[in-house]
Amino acid sequence: MRYLPLVLANLGRHKIRTILTIASVTLALFLFASLRTVVTTLHANSQFGSARRLVTLNATGLVFPLPMAYANKIRALPGVESVSWANWFGGRYGDGKQFFAQFAVDAESYLAMYPEITMPEDQKQAFLHERSAAIIGRRLVDRYGWRVGQDVTLQGTIFPGDWTFTIRGVYTPTAPAIGDDALIFHHEYLDERIGHAGIAGWFIVQISDPAAAAAIAKTIDDQFRNSSVGTKTGTEQAFQAGFATMLGNVSLLMGTIGTAVVFAILLVTANAMMMSARERTGEVAVMKTIGFSNRTLFGLVLSEAGVIAGAGALLGLGIAKAFYRAINFNGFGFLPGFDITTGTLVMGGGIALLLMLASGLVPAARAARLPIVQALRRVE
Amino acid sequence: MKIPLIYNARSVLQRPLSTAFTALGIALVVAVFIGMLALGNGLRAALARTGSDRNVLVLRRGADSELASGIARDAVSILSASPHVAIGPDGRPLVSPEVYVLVPLPHPSDTTTVANVVARGVSDQAWVVRANVRVIAGERPRSGRSEICVGQKLIGRFAHLGVGETLRFAGRDWTVVCHFSAGGSAFESEIWGENEQFMPVFRGEVFQSVTFRLRDPAAFDEAKRTIEGDQRLTVDAHRESEFYANQVGILGIMLKVLAFGITSIMAVGAIFGAVNTMYAAVSSRTPEIAVLLTLGFHPRSVLTSFLVESALIAGVGGVVGALLALPINGMVTSTTNWSSFSDIAFSFRVTPLLIVSGIGFAIVMGVLGGFFPARRAAKLPVVQALRA
Repeated sequence: MRYLPLVLANLGRHKIRTILTIASVTLALFLFASLRTVVTTLHANSQFGSARRLVTLNATGLVFPLPMAYANKIRALPGVESVSWANWFGGRYGDGKQFFAQFAVDAESYLAMYPEITMPEDQKQAFLHERSAAIIGRRLVDRYGWRVGQDVTLQGTIFPGDWTFTIRGVYTPTAPAIGDDALIFHHEYLDERIGHAGIAGWFIVQISDPAAAAAIAKTIDDQFRNSSVGTKTGTEQAFQAGFATMLGNVSLLMGTIGTAVVFAILLVTANAMMMSARERTGEVAVMKTIGFSNRTLFGLVLSEAGVIAGAGALLGLGIAKAFYRAINFNGFGFLPGFDITTGTLVMGGGIALLLMLASGLVPAARAARLPIVQALRRVE
Repeated sequence: MKIPLIYNARSVLQRPLSTAFTALGIALVVAVFIGMLALGNGLRAALARTGSDRNVLVLRRGADSELASGIARDAVSILSASPHVAIGPDGRPLVSPEVYVLVPLPHPSDTTTVANVVARGVSDQAWVVRANVRVIAGERPRSGRSEICVGQKLIGRFAHLGVGETLRFAGRDWTVVCHFSAGGSAFESEIWGENEQFMPVFRGEVFQSVTFRLRDPAAFDEAKRTIEGDQRLTVDAHRESEFYANQVGILGIMLKVLAFGITSIMAVGAIFGAVNTMYAAVSSRTPEIAVLLTLGFHPRSVLTSFLVESALIAGVGGVVGALLALPINGMVTSTTNWSSFSDIAFSFRVTPLLIVSGIGFAIVMGVLGGFFPARRAAKLPVVQALRA
């Protein structure tokens, strides 16, 4: 600690170089934190799902509907507490280019089953009591400036025509994986307009005992095995994980780029450290002559690298954390709940430490081992 | 008077390690730049090649994907009779009413997860309408049989797709009778069967799209006007090539934002590295520069010389980066086409243009990084510098 002013003075000698090197480390750790958070967010969202909720799909595939009559049959099974259903709507807004998620749900049972969707009680009641009402996620309020009570018209792509909904509530999800950029409306309204087709996209089944999930899922699928429409039931978590795999090898891609970034910056930093050390050969010799021990000199050079790596890490990770918070980033809706985790911050710190060692060890060892007489000969 | 290039080359070789570090840093940036754009390129190329300029894709009005569309049989008859439809060598119109569905196929590595693969039920004319489709093994599915033909990008990614094997989906067994290629397009990630076989097992009496060959490729606008104006039809007509190219959609934007975002941040870091290296070069060669100036070289020549040196280091880095990125060319990856929720496989495409832009990008980084140090060199006060 006694030598801190000396370390800082040395760093201050080539101000531009020091600033640029710290800036490189900052950028590297900012990128590292961003890329890593893509991976952690995807992972966290794929882990989302209540152990007490099952999802039943059409066995032929995600896009095929199920008969609504199945709801009563599923509800009658032992261990099932309640059943709700939902449909993907797939409408477009505005000039037809604006897209966000819309779900038609059996409102009462759906909201009861998803306590993660929170909103003021009066808004909830207003929504439940009006057939053409809808609730929207908080992000849509920011994006389109919609207000409660406003009418919003969407163009249907799967269900043709113009669809107008009255916004009666704004919800905030307590679990990020739910997404705060969806519009939720009444399934009855959809069913009525498409001529009471009696179809649901998927069922959500609430069960009383999470341990019985596999058995109940099997019972449901067995019951419909020989019906015209077969089902495939799994936990909500498996359903979410399926969506995550749809993105493909994102983790590998992010990991590869992250490694390249860190390595590139390592080169820049190591280069700068070596340049500083080389220029100071004579000076180190003088310091040795006046009694600085080898160990002290080793420590001095290494601390210089440490200050650069530490300052860069602090800035890079700090800016990343604050920046994504401030812009409320959600990766075009693919990465709800994007937030830099403590684990990522710790890993960033670890990288800074490695950076210090990799860029500082060689120059530090060289300074410690420098033969005084030869080095002094070069001093003017 | 110009300072000869050999001076720069020799100077660079005087500091091999520092130069190598700087060049390698730039190489990594260029490799990531080329790699990410090659990914976007591959996706775009696969989709852009899917459609043909000469074909028209008809969907239900308002539907923005084949999945969301539905077209009844009588509409197909009306379209087939349109004068804009080309007539095949057998005298029948070149029209393919198609069933388009997604079937979940388990990943062989992890059978708990599935990929939504496109199953397309086509008419026998589809093999003519889609001019880029070629059967590469086996025979085309025969009419009235539960037979399918598998796109070549699916082979190896999913089980039971060899010719002669049986694949089960939609509650029925299907015999794989052929494999097809489609010029690297998204069709290669699809399973084709006969439309009349697919219709009853999936969505019943409805097609999802109708694709036909234009009699006169230049008459698309006119064909679109007549079809969309027909009172009996509620459809939109799209040029097939444009329709598929537009499916790049949000994924394409994301890849671009990622590619440019990540590489520009990395580039700034690499430029800083170049700045550091060049400043060090200038300060260690102060007496040399003074001698050059004394000999009568114009400060502008000194400036140019240092810029060239920086560009040289970066250029070498660019070439190394391009070489690093080259092996990914042709690597197959898959993702979801978010316009249709379907799985699509495509190859990374490293084009010559991409390589040239990568190296150009490196040189720009070098010049930017070299500018201030070079200016310092050019402005050195000769007398003081000579004393150093």
